[in-house]
Amino acid sequence: MTSKSYITICLNTNIVSNMEKSILLDMYRMMLRSRLFEEAVTELWEQGKISGEMHLGIGEEAVIAAVVSHLQDGDAIASDHRGTPPFLMRGIDPKALILEFLGDPKGLCSGQGGHMHLFSKEHLCASSGIVGAAGPAATGFALSMQYNKQKNIAVAFFGEGAVNQGMLMESMNLASAWNLPVLFVCKDNEWAITTPSEEVTGGELLKRAEGFGLKSIELNGLDIEEMHEALSGIIPNMRKNGDPHFILAHCVHKTGHFLGDPLMRFHGNFMEEFKEVSGPLMKSAAKRKGASVGKRANNIGKVLGLIRRSGKQMKEKFDPIIILEKKIKDQKEELNNIKEEITLEIGAIIDESLKLSNGGILK
Amino acid sequence: MTEMTFAEAIESALAQAMEGDESVFIMGEDVHLLRVNLFARFGKKRVKHAPISESGFLGAGVAAAMAGLRPVVEIMLIDFIGVAMDALLNHAAKINYFSGGKWNVPLVVRASCGGGYGDAGQHEQSLWGWIAHIPGLNVIVPSNPADAGGLMLAAIQSDEPVIYFEHKLLADYWRDYLGSGGRDTVTYDLPQDGVKGYVPDIWEPIPIGELRKFRDGDDITLISVGVGVHRCIDASQILENKGVSAEVLDLRTIAPIDLNAIKESVKKTGKVIVVDEDYKHFGLSGEISALILEEGMEFKFRRVCTEHTIPYDRKREDDTLPNVQRIVNEAMKVMGS
Repeated sequence: MTSKSYITICLNTNIVSNMEKSILLDMYRMMLRSRLFEEAVTELWEQGKISGEMHLGIGEEAVIAAVVSHLQDGDAIASDHRGTPPFLMRGIDPKALILEFLGDPKGLCSGQGGHMHLFSKEHLCASSGIVGAAGPAATGFALSMQYNKQKNIAVAFFGEGAVNQGMLMESMNLASAWNLPVLFVCKDNEWAITTPSEEVTGGELLKRAEGFGLKSIELNGLDIEEMHEALSGIIPNMRKNGDPHFILAHCVHKTGHFLGDPLMRFHGNFMEEFKEVSGPLMKSAAKRKGASVGKRANNIGKVLGLIRRSGKQMKEKFDPIIILEKKIKDQKEELNNIKEEITLEIGAIIDESLKLSNGGILK
Repeated sequence: MTEMTFAEAIESALAQAMEGDESVFIMGEDVHLLRVNLFARFGKKRVKHAPISESGFLGAGVAAAMAGLRPVVEIMLIDFIGVAMDALLNHAAKINYFSGGKWNVPLVVRASCGGGYGDAGQHEQSLWGWIAHIPGLNVIVPSNPADAGGLMLAAIQSDEPVIYFEHKLLADYWRDYLGSGGRDTVTYDLPQDGVKGYVPDIWEPIPIGELRKFRDGDDITLISVGVGVHRCIDASQILENKGVSAEVLDLRTIAPIDLNAIKESVKKTGKVIVVDEDYKHFGLSGEISALILEEGMEFKFRRVCTEHTIPYDRKREDDTLPNVQRIVNEAMKVMGS
């Protein structure tokens, strides 16, 4: 499906950094803040203070930070269902986000939207729980920018699973045909929900985007330096020319599709999880009528293969923050200071939010 | 008789249909895991995982059905039918009519629906009224395991397109997948009779278009589908204590609707409450009142429905979706006290 997998790319990651240290430290701060924030969100979710699904951006921080750090006033973001990192990095009040997740009337969207439906009119940040919807949304924001002769850009964040959704394809064509300043950012973690994307995707995504006439580039989304440098060139050019671009950024989702992802659960306690599913599975596989015995064995093997494959995402060597820490390990003291400072900040945000919402609506 | 959960009953009926008819197959996102038991037995030809391309694979399902297959196309959540509506609205619903009745579309669309677990208004809608609005589509909303299996078999055997709604509070794996995610720190208001129940050893199709009287009563008729039926049962017990005898009708099928059975009940009670988790306006509840009015019957009428976008916040969500208290309140208004 894609020309390179993240595994290949990571092996080629340049560990010695050439970028200015201050930029890398700024990026580290943005990425780590998002990570620790989402880890705190995970805890609230586990405690049952957040209901329903929770899709995190853990593993895609370098992609989001590289893009958002180049945005200016008047630029727009259309996010997918992983809105927390872009909203947080764009400067939206973290307490308003936590209160939203707690379902509190004081939340960013008065507790009515929740994490998949975050909106900040002031920041021109919108999101959607419908896969692919970021494409048309960013295209519409960009249309208004072109209409008003603004030197702004609109970003669409989506996964490689969304690239098979018609409305996203249509919006790529619109942006190309009408020459709109849309930055299509495809965060490729190789999974469409719990389906390996290569099994359901024809051709190559980069070529697909090029086929629409979009200037397209493939990047290692785990390497903030590569991401940041590429966007330092692309985004200012987009402001000048008002033209659309497509970025294919390889990354991971360390917590799977969402918290409690049925595949990722196996990596916590395999035996217990397996005991639960294997009974009905084996019973069904042993029934008369159906595929041949050989095929049935393959089918079961395929399911076990999915479990194994999903675990790759959790590996440290694919963690964009650990990769960055290695790059600037000579700045150990500075890194520790940043970590300490952010830990304190996030702790205070959670405490204050819980206090404001009387311990969370649910509990 | 065997005891099964709501989800097990659907799977068991599907398995029976698949083993009996080679042309029956499942297609949709993630079905190799969502239907993992059937996948292990039947393999990827019969349990086919699809990309996130609802408009494409539902449209393909319509034509595959025209070509003689019997696809069960899964739209994970009925909310996502928005991106694929054309396949239903302009194709599945119209092929038979346009072809002069000469070409059938034996398609089943299976989709989860409904709220009560805190996922907000893009993942918790009901929308059956929206679909049933279109002539040419059958719409099924089961409320318990026995009906879920029997109606699934009927849907697969039907030569017409059927949209089959599976309420997420009733189906344990959906509740776990989208709601609790393996947590034991969240709770739901689960209708026990809907979640688990006795089912026949061998599935027989339940005729599409026949409602089921869930409870006998003389004073007032409560009409609902899905989880709403169980909320009505709970309300009827409270009403009993207030001296009101409520009859509870489970429509089971919204299109076609069992008007004769509704009329029979209304003739007796003269009072109707429609409890509909779908939106209030321009939908099922208004349709029921219109149908009875057209029969020239006089009756009192109130409705308990979802009136606006479903909020994320669990507490406000519970107030938004039809609940027992709201049903009791409306029933007492109709009773004149």
